Amino acid sequence: MFYREAGQYNTTYEQDLQAFPIKQDKIGIAIWLVLAYLFVPFFGIPGLEYGFAMNAIMIPVLIFTITTIGLNILVGFTGQISLGTGAFMGVGAYACYKLTSYFPDTNIIILILASGFVSAIVGALFGLPSLRIKGFYLVVATLAAQFFLEWCFIRVGWLYNYNPSGAIEVPQREVLGWIVTGASAEPMTRYLVVLSILVFLAIIAGNLTRGRIGRSWMMIRDMDIAAELIGVRPLTAKLSAFAVSSYFIGVSGALMVFMWLGAAEVESFDVNHSFLYLFMVILGGLGSITGSFMGAAFIWTFPIILKELGKSWFGINATVMENVSLVAIGVMIVVILIAEPHGMARLWQIVKQKLRIWPFPH
Amino acid sequence: MLKKLIVGVLGAALVTGASYETAKAEDTLYVPSLSYRTGPFAGAGVQIANGFADYFAMLNARDGGIGGAKIIMEECETAYNAQKGVECYEATKGKGALVYNPYSTGITLQLIPKAPVDEIPILSMGYGLSAAAKGETFPWTFTYPASYWSQMSSILKYIDANGGVKGKKIGFIYLDVGYGKEPIPLLEALGPKMGFEVAYFPVGVKEMQAQSAQWLNVRKERPDWMVMWGFGAMNASAIKEAAKIRYPMDKFIGNWWAAADVDLRPVGESGKGYIGANFSGIGTDFPAVQDMIKHVVDAGNSKADPADVGGVLYNRGMFNAVIVAEAIAAAQNATGKKSITGADMRVGLETFDLSAARLGELGLAGFTAPIKGDCADHEGAGSVFMQQWNGSSWDQISDPIAPMTDEVGPLLTDAAAQYVSDKPEWKTQSCN
Amino acid sequence: MTDFLYSIFVGPFADMIALPDFLMQVLWEGFVAGVLYALIALGFVLIFKASGVFNFAQGIMVVFSGLTLVGLYELGVPAFMALIITLGVMYVLAFSVERFVLRKLVNQPDIILFMATIGLTNILIGLGQWIFGGETKTMITEQLWLPTGSSVWEPNGGLVIFQHIDIAATVIAVLMIVGLGFFFSYTKVGRALRAVADDHQASLSVGISLNQIWVIVWFAAGIVALVTGIMWGARSDVSFSLQIIALKALPVLVLGGFTSIPGAIVGGLIIGIGEKIFEIYWGPLFGSGVEGWFAYVIALIFLLFRPQGLFGDKIIERV
Repeated sequence: MFYREAGQYNTTYEQDLQAFPIKQDKIGIAIWLVLAYLFVPFFGIPGLEYGFAMNAIMIPVLIFTITTIGLNILVGFTGQISLGTGAFMGVGAYACYKLTSYFPDTNIIILILASGFVSAIVGALFGLPSLRIKGFYLVVATLAAQFFLEWCFIRVGWLYNYNPSGAIEVPQREVLGWIVTGASAEPMTRYLVVLSILVFLAIIAGNLTRGRIGRSWMMIRDMDIAAELIGVRPLTAKLSAFAVSSYFIGVSGALMVFMWLGAAEVESFDVNHSFLYLFMVILGGLGSITGSFMGAAFIWTFPIILKELGKSWFGINATVMENVSLVAIGVMIVVILIAEPHGMARLWQIVKQKLRIWPFPH
Repeated sequence: MLKKLIVGVLGAALVTGASYETAKAEDTLYVPSLSYRTGPFAGAGVQIANGFADYFAMLNARDGGIGGAKIIMEECETAYNAQKGVECYEATKGKGALVYNPYSTGITLQLIPKAPVDEIPILSMGYGLSAAAKGETFPWTFTYPASYWSQMSSILKYIDANGGVKGKKIGFIYLDVGYGKEPIPLLEALGPKMGFEVAYFPVGVKEMQAQSAQWLNVRKERPDWMVMWGFGAMNASAIKEAAKIRYPMDKFIGNWWAAADVDLRPVGESGKGYIGANFSGIGTDFPAVQDMIKHVVDAGNSKADPADVGGVLYNRGMFNAVIVAEAIAAAQNATGKKSITGADMRVGLETFDLSAARLGELGLAGFTAPIKGDCADHEGAGSVFMQQWNGSSWDQISDPIAPMTDEVGPLLTDAAAQYVSDKPEWKTQSCN
Repeated sequence: MTDFLYSIFVGPFADMIALPDFLMQVLWEGFVAGVLYALIALGFVLIFKASGVFNFAQGIMVVFSGLTLVGLYELGVPAFMALIITLGVMYVLAFSVERFVLRKLVNQPDIILFMATIGLTNILIGLGQWIFGGETKTMITEQLWLPTGSSVWEPNGGLVIFQHIDIAATVIAVLMIVGLGFFFSYTKVGRALRAVADDHQASLSVGISLNQIWVIVWFAAGIVALVTGIMWGARSDVSFSLQIIALKALPVLVLGGFTSIPGAIVGGLIIGIGEKIFEIYWGPLFGSGVEGWFAYVIALIFLLFRPQGLFGDKIIERV
């Protein structure tokens, strides 16, 4: 009943090709945007302390959503698996750090967006082996990227301006008179910057994936030989997937350090984080932008909720809950892969389908 | 099914919210503990967290808190992970946190710029940023009782007193992260001055337990002394490898994070002679530790294994709690209030006086060198002593060795200046 | 410039010749590390051959089995009893993986199965930490009658030290590989395994139960993991950080080929010896610590020029 598209007719091709052709979807997106822009910045999450809601939940979730969209482009849309996500985020973060120390007066948001290009180039470089190999072999190639880049972050002093602490520390930067980075930046400012960049990038990702390039990625994923026969060039398709994916991941890495952590050493980009982002993609749904939102939000908030539940309901200490959440996420990965390989995004579609015929199912 | 799920999640969110609502009651002191009982460094983290928790529990049980106010100590699990560190910081800061003890250099670096904004001081006791010892530049960060650089200078003094350091080659084996690299500038600066040569042996976090290449290099370089900045599983592996290449153990010195019982127990007899730096007393002979055993451990309110009580890291966690408690008492005296704020706590951390007499009153006579809070000097001129592993436990083998303040001081000033150089809005304080 | 070229092309070799006993020691250390890499890689190959699953969890299985063994011993179970119980645990693990994961994922794309094993990794990390705690544990070497101590060889006044546990590890690895070879060639189950590895459909049609084979092969990989865990633990304690080192088996596999047992062994030795030599003699040029990525970069080069590895089957999914 709520989701019936009966009576909505598309009379032109433009209408038919819209991102959200159904009215309910448009309303839904509008509600989300209103919530995200007008409610959350002022009230946070109801029931949670404002600073906690912003700094520990909203900002990281939004940043990881960008990461997840980026990784999903590679894993979900193009079918190339990568375990180097953590390091590519690091490339973005270190690039942004270097850029802002060379151009301290340039708008930091432009620099964050620009640092993604550095990561895109590095990503495409390590994507080269994908032209000859695929599947697990690529895992090894991306692990090579992961470990080699980690080593660079430690050993190349130039990257962190030869800081004795070996870490990158975010300087304070202002945009149009607002303090955007550094410890004095208000959570609301940082949230709005991250949100706007996410919305911007999500629109780009959505349009890329339903356009010509995205279709060529999916063709490569589904059957590379057939794709090649009908004129998709694997070289451009794969390398563009690596580049675009790394761009998103790099931007998210820069955001993570500049808008959230405030300082970072190599530990924030290690291989365990690469696994975490892959889990976000798998649980959210391979090949779905909506799923990326769900996956990032779920994987990030699940341990936090579990920890609180354990403490307040059962009096179980955080250590046990930490392990419980590790096991639970592992089990969920396996269950999702068995029951619904398209993840939570697919569950959402099923819900929509149900809502369409509710309350009179066949 | 789905409905249940949604209801469950919403319920969970509400409960989560509700528990954050618990406003602090009258006259309590809220001290968060960012602990790590899981993750790669859990072995050390468990001991520290237990010592820290048990001392406050003892104060609550024995004295009813500090100055009549109960201490609420809450642990938050970070797993030594910087991202979880932020989460823990945000989850606890709103509850009136007085001071943060992150026990991770990475998390400390993240919190240093936040401390002045949120007005909650950081006590990174024997870790974190060495430069933070400069109280005028870092009003909100404290590194009592000594910074890494001071510690390294004390170790060099020990080497100098045992056969001279001039013309010697010192091998420096370290965990290849910010923490391990911290003393390198000091070694580079002091090497030419004191006439020693340094050979570096970095150990990656991934290679913590596969150090044979580093120790082959040690064999090649033949250093006269080895100094280790290690942590967690790295320590035991390093000592085992040293024993394997037959490196003389009494020429091998670990810093205060590389000289705990948990590190040496797996090595046992073959680590005999290994030397470690330390600043907190060992054993259960101190009356304060006895009180902890009586009021907390025997009462079944401790998470600690009774065998670990009195161990190096347990006592260090306790010592951390002692400094916090003393600073709270100092802040209470200064403000005349029972319940204090983070800003009061900062004043307390600059004014407390842990003199030899006060240590005696606390039941910790001889536990550590006296420390005095100070506005300009945030490392409190503490000293380290050396201890030696006898195959099953540690023996103290030296008196407290004061750091070379005149050498370290200028370097600290430079480093502090470098830290603020790209932060024009950084707030400093003047101490006169 | 000439200095730089010298330090790359001449210096290291001059060092090697100047201290032959030290070179011997480096080779021996590399060899032992290589044996351990080869053992982990062996576990991967067994599973990959029989079920086409790229088992990412092999590394954590090494840690988990070692941890179970030590954990049980610490609970007061006699050493050999603990060993037997650990074997039982590995069997239960193999059985549950087959029943609850593999059987449900039959005919799914390889990449899905691979991701499922990453999920399995998470489960094992959580369970291991939950039950046995996160601290580093000492392997019960003497209780299992494994030798400790070392012998010294002094060729022409030099010094080469051989740890007895390293020698034991080598011997046990060789015995195990020979044993596996016999098992594959001369037993009914072994032949069934090889048949499955060759062609799933054909082996099904002659009445081989795939499910049973999978349990057996995962159990075999579990045993290999346990042996690796004991040996590695005896060298440098049991802790979760071993899991990341265990990932080094992946470049070993790329080098040796995913389906070849001799490949896993030769690949392991090449990586083990190669990375030690490179770290010791060329590492200082790069500021050392190159061990962390050397193996992967070698694998990357192999992937670009010889994707099937040294011994792998030529039929590789090429693009």
